[in-house]
Amino acid sequence: MSAQSALLNETAGRAGQDLNTQALRADARRESLRLLALLSPSLFLVFAIIIVPIGWLFWLSLFDEAGALSASNYARFFEQASYIKTFITTFKVAFIVTGACVLLGYPLAYMLSQLPRRAASICLILVILPFWTSVLVRTYAWLVILQRKGLINSWLIDLGVISQPLSLANNLSGVVIGMTHILLPFLVLPLYASMKTIDTDCLRAGMSLGAGPVATFRQIFFPLSLPGLASGVVIVFVLCLGFFVTPALMGGGKVIMWAMRMEQTTSLYSNWGAGAALGVVLLVVTLALLGLFQWLLGARATGVWSSR
Amino acid sequence: MSGDVGLPISHRQRLWLYALGGLVLLFLIAPSVIIVIMSFSDSTLLQFPPQQWSLRWYEAYFQSLEWRDATIVSVKVAVMTVLVATPLGTAAAYAINRGTLRFNGTINGLLTASLIIPVILIGIGTFFLYARIGLNNTLTGLVIAHTVQALPLVVLTVLSGLRSYDMNQERVARSLGAGRIAAFWQVTMPQIRFSIVSGGLFAFITSFDEVVVSLFISGGETTTLTRRMFNALRDQIDPTIAAISTCLIVLSILLLSVAQVFGRRH
Repeated sequence: MSAQSALLNETAGRAGQDLNTQALRADARRESLRLLALLSPSLFLVFAIIIVPIGWLFWLSLFDEAGALSASNYARFFEQASYIKTFITTFKVAFIVTGACVLLGYPLAYMLSQLPRRAASICLILVILPFWTSVLVRTYAWLVILQRKGLINSWLIDLGVISQPLSLANNLSGVVIGMTHILLPFLVLPLYASMKTIDTDCLRAGMSLGAGPVATFRQIFFPLSLPGLASGVVIVFVLCLGFFVTPALMGGGKVIMWAMRMEQTTSLYSNWGAGAALGVVLLVVTLALLGLFQWLLGARATGVWSSR
Repeated sequence: MSGDVGLPISHRQRLWLYALGGLVLLFLIAPSVIIVIMSFSDSTLLQFPPQQWSLRWYEAYFQSLEWRDATIVSVKVAVMTVLVATPLGTAAAYAINRGTLRFNGTINGLLTASLIIPVILIGIGTFFLYARIGLNNTLTGLVIAHTVQALPLVVLTVLSGLRSYDMNQERVARSLGAGRIAAFWQVTMPQIRFSIVSGGLFAFITSFDEVVVSLFISGGETTTLTRRMFNALRDQIDPTIAAISTCLIVLSILLLSVAQVFGRRH
């Protein structure tokens, strides 16, 4: 056998390999195209219904009413007192509601994480059920409970605690109570999920080293639950900023939040540029908060929705 | 990480925690319970507990043409949303699960974008777009808008089903001569069908309960139940809405239990 035939063999082998790689590559390309074909209807819908209109609105927000390129739609946020008031109200409500959700949600999530499995799953149903009940239904329920002639007032008057009905609905307190009720599960569910992943061995080790229940909770459990708490807080806060239904129905026209302002400017006053500018700022703030959170914790802030 | 935590803290020591947690649970569940009970009251002034029981608000609901039409619109739209969103979302989840595409993360983000973007912005944007292409106040427009909002839930639910499924089984079927579609239909589908059904149920609830976008894009003959409820609540507190709310609560419980049963079997 000469070196020549060995060379020949090798060339043939390499050619075969090349053909093989080519075929594999073509196959992979075809596979990618098929997968894209499966994705394309969904992507098209999202693109057409969400991305295009929002991009369009963004474009609109850059022009003033005369149609000239200007920043007037954004400048008015700093100039007009009514806009400034709306932003202050929105952030005030968001802070109060988020705080209330933490105060109510942390003990609940902690209890769920400490209960035996069966009891925990029953209690969890009581959290998930309102989560899936229409926001309208729950807002209506609170209206009925909190209004001037509502449950709480008539009970309190019957009991002789008060003589005049308290104004609980159609103002800030009504909005806060309703929104807290609706957003609480958004904090409890991710917090509970993260608490369940805390290794009990750490707690047991702490206790075996002499830490009491309080010290174990404060020094071990609480710090380990912070990432879950943070993700719940961010979700609730972000949802507060864009909340519409509850403030519109329970604010009695006195509590104007960001989303209501957007609805008013676009449908009542047909001022698309101004409404669009509000929307752009809301979107930017929302994405910035989510991005900041993701950057700080490296966690996926959207994870909660998969638990829905 | 399940079952008893087994720390040397007794349940008795935790009584305060259970009391506190119980109160918060009460806060979560009480409004719905109160509404359900009140809906059977005979009085126009919503009393609790009702002095006299009656079904008059349910009669008012079922006899009102306006409410009935709105309910029919909502059911139609929700059913069509399920029929569109479930196959589309399943196909998308299948493709994402393969993970071989270059922009998988971006695609995933795009498909779940409607969960992050404030709904009011989606509502105004959709209204604005529909005004130009004549889809406002149409069933088609509602179905498309609700499909976009339901898609992420279907995708996430089916994806979680696919994650616990071994894709090699489908490859085996194909190497044994089954076509792509046959392999999916006969081997993969039966194993992830519970996730698909759950995804479909979530799509139904999403569409049926959706308010904000419908507020902008529905009207006239296509007024959805939630839009009509919203407008009614702006004017006054009509006890008929208690009856409607009860029906909606029952519907949610029903759909969730079905999803739960399917989830457990899976």
